[in-house]
Amino acid sequence: MDLNKRYTAQSWPDHPETATLEGKNKFVGFWLLLAAESVTFASLFATYLALKDRGPEASEFTASGLFELPLVFAMTMILLTSSLTSVYAMHHMKNHNFKAMQAWLGITVFLGLTFLGLEIYEFNHYVHLGFGYTTSAFSAAFFTLVGTHGAHVLFGLSWFIALMVRNSKRGLNMYNAPKFYLAALYWHFIDVVWVFIFTVVYLMGVIG
Amino acid sequence: MAHDTPEKIRSHAEHEFLKKKRNTEMRHQLTSFAIMIFLTLIAFTMVAAGFSAYLIVPIILLLAAVQVVLQLYHFMHLSNKGHGTVAFFMFSGMFVAFITILALVTIVWW
Repeated sequence: MDLNKRYTAQSWPDHPETATLEGKNKFVGFWLLLAAESVTFASLFATYLALKDRGPEASEFTASGLFELPLVFAMTMILLTSSLTSVYAMHHMKNHNFKAMQAWLGITVFLGLTFLGLEIYEFNHYVHLGFGYTTSAFSAAFFTLVGTHGAHVLFGLSWFIALMVRNSKRGLNMYNAPKFYLAALYWHFIDVVWVFIFTVVYLMGVIG
Repeated sequence: MAHDTPEKIRSHAEHEFLKKKRNTEMRHQLTSFAIMIFLTLIAFTMVAAGFSAYLIVPIILLLAAVQVVLQLYHFMHLSNKGHGTVAFFMFSGMFVAFITILALVTIVWW
């Protein structure tokens, strides 16, 4: 069968992401990656918890004095909403509606870029306050944890954009359906990690 | 070939049924989204209201756990058919993640 075979909404498989062997393999492999990523983030979270408020200048910079909730709240809402918009994109992918899928992915990318912009603003603000990467053990652990998440957001956005551009004229087929599905899974995982970041780093940080 | 798949064209009735099913699923997704927003609001409000840390910390951790379960089971479809193997992978990963945090934190705090 041709990889680029055209489908209609009525011949489109019920689960296009796992309809081919290639899709099945990608699906299993990708969940393995997500499981491994959980451990990566766990080690960063553990490091952060151990080093929170510690360091030579610990008295000057503490989590409760540094973090501001309104910005974090806005970032949380934006990322959570972008998780929903990617669900909408996958809803249209399963209905074989390529244009609607691209539109919802576009909204997802826009929200993701807004999130990233706010995070860059936040980091820039901290550096201007004198809270840089090398300031203390606390600052290094904080920037590594939240920065690694930010790098994941950047990677997820690049992935979405690459898929959207590369397949813009191709439409949906068995070749790219698993790709779109996995990119959306990755995006949800990024939101899962953020749930723990806003809870453990920011909310528990503000409490002291 | 790795991309081969038997082609099956649905009848009109089958197609309409599937579409309806997907729309119902999407409504459920919206419900879980509303719950996630609500849980987030509770967590931020509790911290802003300034309750005791001993009260807030376990509650917001629990809210985060519930929200993650919603993401995994609804948005990422872990509850769907054919997700047994990957669920096993994910839960093994989360178990190791939990042990990692427990080990590092107990080493440092004891």
